[in-house]
Amino acid sequence: MAETITIEVARYRPEQEGEPTFQSYEVPFSKDWVVLDALNYIKDHLDGSLSFRWSCRMGVCGSCGMTVNGEPKLTCATFLSHYSPGPIRVEPLQNFPVVRDLVIEMTDFLEKLQSVKPWIVRKDDPAPAEGEFLQTPEELDEFKQFSMCINCMICYAACPVYGLDPQFIGPAAIALAQRYNLDSRDQGEQERLDVLSQHEGIWGCTFVGECTEVCPKNVDPAGAIQQYKLAATKDWFKSFLMPWSKP
Amino acid sequence: MKPSTAYRQYHPKWHRTRVSTLWWSRKWSYLKFMLRELSSVFVAFYVVILLLQLHALRGGPEAYLEFQQWLENPLLVILNGIGFLFVLFHAVTWFNLAPKAMVVRLRGRRLPDVLVAAPNYAAWLAVSALIVFLLLREG
Repeated sequence: MAETITIEVARYRPEQEGEPTFQSYEVPFSKDWVVLDALNYIKDHLDGSLSFRWSCRMGVCGSCGMTVNGEPKLTCATFLSHYSPGPIRVEPLQNFPVVRDLVIEMTDFLEKLQSVKPWIVRKDDPAPAEGEFLQTPEELDEFKQFSMCINCMICYAACPVYGLDPQFIGPAAIALAQRYNLDSRDQGEQERLDVLSQHEGIWGCTFVGECTEVCPKNVDPAGAIQQYKLAATKDWFKSFLMPWSKP
Repeated sequence: MKPSTAYRQYHPKWHRTRVSTLWWSRKWSYLKFMLRELSSVFVAFYVVILLLQLHALRGGPEAYLEFQQWLENPLLVILNGIGFLFVLFHAVTWFNLAPKAMVVRLRGRRLPDVLVAAPNYAAWLAVSALIVFLLLREG
């Protein structure tokens, strides 16, 4: 018989149990299989009732974030061989309410993301016929790292501040705010600062730095937040010392 | 979670887990963060010692001698030793934060983190060397 590995999956079926339980499955072990492949094998061959989110299987869509052996991971990029001989424990992302099995409720994140206006804000808003906004490679380089975020919420699962205080706006939303602030085509910095300079914004961050450690796309949200703090402080000093200067 | 969530009304019960009070003991990186936060207590401890030292200095040579003898108390020596390690840790984490908070660009390229942190360490070394020099010269 071919080699197998045990996957312990957190199950939560609200219509039949009040607390999540674990269910073990034996799946074939293959060195080129990721955790998501194992979950799909369970779904297809062993237990069709298992619920989990996934889409692209290639680290682009950000749907398949789960807790693998205690660490928040993109399951499409986490190889079984890394945990061989197992068992591998798969749980939903931490710090979010669980809807069912491995599916978490993400509305809170989506509302926070929207609140920082992660799009190009223009005061003049010229018509498309007037031409595109030009940008040099150097200007692109300023924000490119932060634009790699795929909204997978792994940083939220790793952030103890978000876990303890769900009001905290969180790493990815701030990194994406910074992505647009640093964009030469954008004029919405002040509007975002109004949201982010509140206590639940950048100042809620105590710089644990774990968001940056776990980010599968090397976005460095912790860096974005500290840079934002520095910019907000400079802004405050400027308006304090020179109240006549407009932000 | 805002009550505005569209499908909440007919939705099955969500399961929420509370963050345990001992969350920081789960992982080395979380523990490191807590130790870093704790290090500020020892920074404050050093400030208090410095203030007491200044107070003793103002009280004249006898008061200062008494202060020095008080410092030789084994309990204080141990506390100072632990405090030194914490303050060292505090300084290192603070310097390592610099490249995170500051993006330095030279000719359009971002300077690597090591080069942003390095001047902090260099300044630290220079000040320490100056203090050692002053102390040895006195001796």
